[in-house]
Order: sequence, then C-alpha cells, then structure tokens
Amino acid sequence: MPDVQSMVAEFVNKLRKRKIEGSQATAKCTVELLRSVISHQRVPHANQAAALIDAVKAVGQQLVAANPVELAVGNVVRRVLHIIREEDLSLTTAAMAGLDLLDASDDDDIDNCKGIGYPAMSAAVVAAAARSTLRPPSLQTLLEGTPESATVPYTSSSGADSESKSKSADKSSLTRKLKHDVIEGVNQLIQEISGCHEQIAEQAIEHIHQNEVILTLGSSRTVLEFLCAAKEKKRSFRVFVAEGAPRYQGHLLAKELVARGLQTTVITDSAVFAMISRVNMVIIGAHAVMANGGVIGPVGVNMAALAAKKHAVPFVVLAGSHKLCPLYPHNPEVLLNELRSPSELLDFGEFSDCLDFGAGSGSLQVVNPTFDYVPPNLVSLFITDTGGHNPSYMYRLIADYYSADDLVM
Amino acid sequence: MGGQKKGGARVSEDAEEQSPQRLQAILLADSFATKFRPVTLERPKVLLPIVNVPMIGYTLAWLEYAGIEEVFVFCCAHAIQIIEYLEKSEWYSHPNLVVRTIESHKSISAGDALRYMYEQQAETSQIQGDFVLVSGDTVSNMPLADLIQEHRERKKKDEKAIMTMAIKQSKSSSLTHQSRLGTDQLFIAVDPLTKQLLHYEEDKIDHPRGSVCLDKSLLESNPSVLVSNDMQDCYIDICSPEVLSLFEDNFDYQHLRRHFVKGVLVDDIMGYKIFTHEIHSSYAARIDNFRSYDTVSKDIIQRWTYPYVPDINFSGNRPLKLGRQGIYRACDAVLSRSADVGASSVIGYGTKIGDGVKILNSVIGNGCSIGSNVVIEGSYIWNNVTIEDGCEIRNAIVCDGVKIRAGAVLEPGVVLSFNVVVGRDFVVPAYSKVSLLQQPTTEDSDEELEYADSSSGTADHLSGLNLQMESKASELGPDGAGYIWEVCEGAHDEEWKHSVAPIPKDKLAEITQAIDDDDTDDESVVPTSGELKSDADSINTDMNDPNDDYCYFEKEVEGTVLRAVEENIKVDLVTLEINGLRLSYNMESADCAGATFYSMMKLAVDTPHNSASELYKNAASIITKWKELLGFYVKKIDEQIEVIMKFEEMCQEPPKELGPLFTQILHLLYDKDVLQEDAILRWAEEKAGADETDKVYLKQCETFIQWLKEASEEEDEDDEDEEDDD
Repeated sequence: MPDVQSMVAEFVNKLRKRKIEGSQATAKCTVELLRSVISHQRVPHANQAAALIDAVKAVGQQLVAANPVELAVGNVVRRVLHIIREEDLSLTTAAMAGLDLLDASDDDDIDNCKGIGYPAMSAAVVAAAARSTLRPPSLQTLLEGTPESATVPYTSSSGADSESKSKSADKSSLTRKLKHDVIEGVNQLIQEISGCHEQIAEQAIEHIHQNEVILTLGSSRTVLEFLCAAKEKKRSFRVFVAEGAPRYQGHLLAKELVARGLQTTVITDSAVFAMISRVNMVIIGAHAVMANGGVIGPVGVNMAALAAKKHAVPFVVLAGSHKLCPLYPHNPEVLLNELRSPSELLDFGEFSDCLDFGAGSGSLQVVNPTFDYVPPNLVSLFITDTGGHNPSYMYRLIADYYSADDLVM
Repeated sequence: MGGQKKGGARVSEDAEEQSPQRLQAILLADSFATKFRPVTLERPKVLLPIVNVPMIGYTLAWLEYAGIEEVFVFCCAHAIQIIEYLEKSEWYSHPNLVVRTIESHKSISAGDALRYMYEQQAETSQIQGDFVLVSGDTVSNMPLADLIQEHRERKKKDEKAIMTMAIKQSKSSSLTHQSRLGTDQLFIAVDPLTKQLLHYEEDKIDHPRGSVCLDKSLLESNPSVLVSNDMQDCYIDICSPEVLSLFEDNFDYQHLRRHFVKGVLVDDIMGYKIFTHEIHSSYAARIDNFRSYDTVSKDIIQRWTYPYVPDINFSGNRPLKLGRQGIYRACDAVLSRSADVGASSVIGYGTKIGDGVKILNSVIGNGCSIGSNVVIEGSYIWNNVTIEDGCEIRNAIVCDGVKIRAGAVLEPGVVLSFNVVVGRDFVVPAYSKVSLLQQPTTEDSDEELEYADSSSGTADHLSGLNLQMESKASELGPDGAGYIWEVCEGAHDEEWKHSVAPIPKDKLAEITQAIDDDDTDDESVVPTSGELKSDADSINTDMNDPNDDYCYFEKEVEGTVLRAVEENIKVDLVTLEINGLRLSYNMESADCAGATFYSMMKLAVDTPHNSASELYKNAASIITKWKELLGFYVKKIDEQIEVIMKFEEMCQEPPKELGPLFTQILHLLYDKDVLQEDAILRWAEEKAGADETDKVYLKQCETFIQWLKEASEEEDEDDEDEEDDD
C-alpha cells in the first residue's frame, strides 16, 4: 500500500510542478497509476464496486487538484470509474441470469423504472429500462439491440441494485472476477490511449487528397502521425506550419515533417490569415474537446479557426478519445487557462529596466496564456479514434464514454 | 542536530543512475545580515512570507524541481522556528528530496556556517562531492542539472575550477546605480571564452561615477576581457568540496562574495578559479532587502517565477484563483461588492474586505480583516492583520497580527513588525520601522540579539517589554503599542534605497540634478557592457594624479619629522627615512627640501606661543637643531630656492603668523648656512618680474637683500684682496 501511496504522491508532485506535459503522456501515466491503485486495493466482500470507485475517486481528486488545467487527467479518471461501474453491471446481470429467483430488492429498482417493470423481469431488461429512462436512446444501442454490450451506460440506481444483488451471488468468485474484469478493462483503455494515434492516422487517407495544402499550428504528435500516414499512402501534398509563438513548437514539427519527406513551409502565426486562401484544410491537434464541441488548443488556434471560417476552409480537429472532456466550458472552473512565464516572450535581462525599478513609473506587464478556446461553430469536423464526428455530436460520444455520476468528482 | 529523520530516503532509482553522485545542496537559512530588522528579531528571514508563501518554500521547491536529492538546511538565528516549520511542512517526508537540518548558534556569518559544515564533514562526511550553495531567500526556477554537469566537466579538466556562480543580466538604474533588487551596481570582468571570473566588484555609493580599476596583469594574461555592469549576482553557486576547506583555511572569510570570491581572485598561490554561468530564460533572484522583497513579489505576481506562482500548489500552499489583470484571489475570500481590487493583487484565504476598499498592487495574506474605505497601495499585508475603517496604507510592509486602528495612515516605506498596534488617526512617518521590541542600543548587543538562542530569547524580550510598555506611553498614539526605531546614523540617506517604497520623485530629481551638474565637468558615459582587448589603452590603472601624491608625501614627511622631534631621533636616521619616502613616492630632492622645511615650520607654528617673538624663538630653535637635516637636501641652488618658495607659500596660508617673521627667519636660515646668498638673490631676481601681490615678501626683505648684495660685493672684493695677498 505505501508503494501505491508514494507513486500517487510522486505523480501528484509531477503534475503540480508541471513536469509532465502533453495530454497523451499525462493520460497514459494516469491510467497506469489507476491500474496499480485498483490492483492494490483490497476489496471487501460486500460492495466491491463501491470500494473500488471510492479508491479511484480519492486518487482522482488528488490528481485533478494537482493540475486542474490538464483535463486529460480528469477524463481518464472518469473513464476508469465508468469501466468499474460497467463491469459491475455486466457481472450482476450475468449473475442474475443464473438465478431463477429474484430478491425483493428488485422492486426498488422497478420503482425507479417508473412503472415499466414487472416482478419477474430479467436483469438485462431492468438495465435496459433504466437506461431508456435516464438517457435518450443512442443510435448505436438501437442498432446493436443487445443490452449486454460493453457500451451500456450505467447509473446509480442500477448501482444500488447491484449491491443488493451481490449479496445473493457467489461472493468469492464475483470479487475476484470484478477486479479482474476491471483491470482487463483498464488495460484496454491503456491500449486505446497508446494506439489512438494509429487509429486516427488510419483515416488520414480519407481526408487528405492529392495536391492539397494543409495548414497546422503548433506541434501535435497526432497531427504528425496523421500527415505522415497520408504521405505513406503516396498522397502528395504540402504542409504549412504556423510556428506557434511563443514556444515555437511548430519549428519542431516542421523538422520532423521534413525528416519524413513532406513538403513543409514554416510561417509565422500572424501570416495565417494571409496564407489561408491557399489552404485546402486546417488540421490541428486539441488539448481538450469540451462536451459542447468547443476545442481547447494551443494559443493562436482561435485565430486560425476564424481565418478558416472566413475563407470557408474546413477546420479539422484531431483528438484521441482521452481528450474528450465531459464538462461544458460555460463554467469558469472549467475554462481554465494556464499563464506561463513571460520569459518565453521576452528576455528578462533585456527588459529588466522596464520592469519596475521602484521608481513608481508604469511597469511592463507580460501575459503569456497557453491555451485558446475555439467555439464549436468554427469547427468543421472532429476526427477521433472512432471516426469523424460533427461538433454537435460530441455530447453523444461523451455520453458513451462517461457515466453521468462521475461528472462532478 | 534537530530531527534528522530519514523521512524520504527512497530516491528514485533512475535519477541515481543518471549521475554517480547524489546531488546535494547547502541551504543557508540565515542571511547573516540585519537588513530585515526589526522583523527578523521575531521570525527568521527565510520564514517571512513572500506572496503568502515562506521564502524557504520557494527555495526548496526549486531545488526539488531542479533535481537536487539532498538538502542541508543550515539554521542559525531562530533555528527552532525553522525546524518546526520544516517538520510541519511536506518537505520532511518528500519522496524526492531529503531535507536535513543542521543547527549552529555560534555562526555569525556564511563563512562560519561553512566552516561548521567542514568540521561536521570530518565526522560524518555528508557532502560527497560538488554541491549547490544557496541561501534560503532565493527565488528561482533555473534548471540546475546542466549547470552542475558543466561544472563537473570543467572540474575534470581543470582541478582548480572550484566554483561556478550563476549570473543574470539585469540592468541597473542609470540614476541610482542600483539594481532592481536594491543592491549596489556590480562590476564583473569575465573571460568571454572560458567564462572565468576575473574581477568582482560591488560599486559603492561613494563611487558613483561608475569607474572600475582592473589590474594590468589581468589584461596581460587574458587575450580578451568582458567587463559588464549590467549583471546581477544570483548567489547560486555550484561548489566543489575544496570550497569548504578554503573557508577552513582562511578563518577570516566571512562574506561569500566580499571575502571569499575576492580572496580567491586575488590569491595566485593556490590558483583556484571561479567560473560564471549566465542564465537567460529562467529567473533567479535573492531577497536581500526590502526593495528586493518588493521587486521579487512583483516578479512572482507577474509569473516570471513560473511554476512557483500563487495559483499553483508548489510548496504546500493552497492555490489561489487567477483572474484577469493578474488578480489572485482565494476562493473563500469575502469581498464587498463596492471593494475595488486593482491589477496585480493577491488576496489570501479567509480574508474579509469591507465596502469601498481600494486595493492596488498589493499582497494581502490569509485571515485578514479589512474595514471599509481603506486604501491599500503597493503594500504587503501578512496574515491575520486587522485594518479598521478609513486607513491609508501605501508601500508598507505589515507583519502578522498587526492592528491598525481607524483612520491611521502609513506613509511610504513603513515596516510594522509583528503584533504592533497603530493608534487611532495616527500617522506613521515615512520609512519608520516599528516593533514591539525596543531597538537594541549598541551594535554589540545588536549582534547578540539576533543570533542568541532565540527560542527563549523572544519570550524574554516580550515579558521585559510589557514592563517597559507601561512606563512609557506608546509612540504610536494613545491606544497603540510599539516602538518606532531610530534610523541608524549615516543610514538615513540610504533609507529610500532599500525600502519597499518606490524612490520618491524629489529624490530622483535630486540625483538627476547632481548628474547633470557632473556632466558639465566631464562626460561620465559608461557603456553598459563592452569588450576590452588587451591592447586597449582606455583602462584606468593605478596611475594617480601627481598632485595627490605630493600631498601624501608631504604628510608622510611631516609625520616623520614630528616623530623625529618627539623621539629625538638622530638626523642620519631621519634622512634615511625621508629618502625612503622620496623613492617610494618618486619625488626629487627639491620636493624633499620643501616638505622637510614645511614640516619644520609647521612644527614651530604648532608649538604653543603667545607672541611673534616667541614664535620666532621656536622656529629658531628648531632650525638650529635640525639644520643638518635640511642641509642634506639643500645642496643645490634650485633646492634652496624651492625652500624659499615653500616658505613664501606658508606665510600666505592662514593664520599668517609667519608673515611678519619672513625676513627674520630668512636671515636666520642664511646665518645658519642653510641658504646661500646666491639662492636668495636668484629668488629675488625671479620675483622681481612677478605681480605686485606676489611681491609682498620680496618688499619685506628688501633691506636684507640689499645688505646681501652689498655683502657679496664686499666679499668679492675681499676675495680679490685675498687673491692679491696670495
């Protein structure tokens, strides 16, 4: 246990000191940490799911508090919580399918289902009913029709239900199985996060066409892989890279692109508007995608999006599923920005004479925000590892990944 | 040894693999200075909050971030408070950073501290290799790993490279010759290729012209030298273990810069070298005085120190919310709707702010309560301060627990120490420092106070204080409590330099005026930085003004003669001594004659006398006694003329006592064979063509000269007679 504790402390420390950067790396670290938290968590006989959820939540709160700006942490914690709830549900339903008798406690659940229920209803039906009352039916679930599918959302009413049911179930096997299944699920999540670049890059060929000009801003690994995938498929196109002041990560991206044999041009951020008329598509990587379809990206992205809108150039955002954030940006708590050191903008030594001498005269102030917010109406398309989506569809996608109970941690 | 917990000995293994040695640091948790008096009488400087976090928190967070694995916190004054703080903080159980405390109450300087470390070293060998030496009031975010690597590689190549110090460009004010941090302008000379430090000099106030003297040999041995005056010393040093032993060997090294660095630079025998490392993008500054407290606070609020900023929890602090215009606010701070919080302000947890309050450029700590219609500008209010309605606070520092009663005004530069109470409607004058403790009277007791075992010390002072308080009505109004400290003599002028308050406009105007005046005399343009080749001839070397030299020489001779007269030294010996002086000052024997005569006459004048005749008697006796000495130098006519000229000069000097005696003494000198008639006549001839004013003495001794002329003619005749006789 102290082992996990110190691991958590170390990661919290890294997050706090902003030692770890990039949402993918953060997400991966977070999910790996949570996996070890789960595997080390002693599960009581009763209430295993709740115990796991509590443990993950406790760690998750620490992590989110350590760096509230890095939304990927919160996303991943919620994903893991969702996995636990889901595995628990599927286990219960499986257990219940093996039981002929139903406990009286089912009645509570049926009451929740607002009169749809009958006394002798299978758990699967109960779950489906619960889902249908609390959520609009998703296209996916309608098409699949099988309520046991892994994407079934789960709610608290069903959680209470599972608790009571587990008493009647074979406890020991269930305990082992739940933890095992959850870890299995988390492993899948890890694979998903580490494989998201490839998943997204696979779709490149459908979006980038011959002789097109692509504009990107700053540096994103997803964008790099995406462009290179299209190049590998023998598409020939040109890339404009806006340098992404003040950190100039665009320079690094340009270097990588040239190394991979792409025709690359570096432009300043301020030249984006001038160049946009020659561009066929703007592709950027996101820091986070909000539930309304708005995008938090590197500073300067909003300007590029406006330029694209003005010239009717498609504005495409690449985002792995761990970047989908179930929060809405109306809340000031959520629309966080990180103001970094002004030293990225200007040299302290050179300007030290303008920076307040105690002479009382006006002193120079420098603001260096890290992120920009792009409202959803400027985004043409999201490409995630599950395919391309409209901004207006994001809320739906998010509903599939997260459980409504976990939105507020 | 307080609390050497092996709290977090578990060091991450990959870090261990990267470097063979543990990265260690010595943190001096005492500034060994009194600049933060009176606040530091009650709390050690490193625990003073800067933007609501103790200074040492910044230093430790940075060291941890920079990859340091073990820190030795050296505690002196108020050691117990520091250890208590560390025990409560997260640092004692930190996974990556082992914090050990070392206590010593005897150390009164950084040099003592390092010597103590060296002694400890013999027993425990804690310091395994190169270490980082910082003081606990450093705020920085510079990466250290590269710097340490650089230092180690250099050390491998050159055994003598024992220290690397971090410097940062920071232009100093052209008016006050003071850096942003309120320290004196710094001149350093560096070899631009190797970055070796060649010269280090802090410009003092009496030296405002901005001139720097370099040793000529410096230019001989280095093909090029980069001299700059826009560098700021960060007081962050990477040291090799030799540094500790150097301190041990040179027991008089106290100050890290004034003694140690200068000592190493001057010492050619050991040949140790110090190198510099200029940091560019990252921030580093030391809080040395109230001015730098103000500046660094502003830099933190402006986020130069990122990630050590108030909205990030870096050292167990509760993060504040950052709003627009650089306003940091705790989520539970209660602000009245009509309160106006302006740009660059910080408001801590649990603070209540009343109606119509105006806050600008200020930091307000936790748990303060501020009444209505208060104005706070550019001030630093620490924790649990109560400010009643209608107060005005400008550019002040207000420590924990202070009460400011309604209508009181703090003028710029005021520092209120812990728990002071300012009375109703009282106006605290500018730059005053107020404390519940009385100002230590003499410098000696002063030292003891701060460095005494302060755990009990503070309590004693306070209990003693209550008695005094009753007898003496408070200096802060009838319902106030606290003593206004006297400003030390001589420091009065300097007060504005190191205060939190900005430099007042009239002071700036005064300085500008002074500089303008100087400019009419000669141009004093010093380029901020420039490279000097060794063949450049513009270096100001030891060549001094010849006039100055003569003055010094004259004084020396005077001293010698005086001593000779008092101790009745033999003429030979005195001659020998004066000859030595002559050689060392590169003077001619005419100068010696002048100086010797001058000192003899001065002696005569200085001997008590009532009338002119008495003075003459004095002079006569001295001349008679020491004519041999004078005779030694007046062998040539020129030298004799020099003596007469000197005499003339002396007669014109006030109080002109010698004036009437000119002829008499001249005659005496002639009689005693000190002066020959040729010399006197030649002098008379020379003077004949001079202005009327110059002829005063010539006229006075006209008869004497006339007599001389006649006598010489007679003599000539006599000679002729004698020849005839032969």
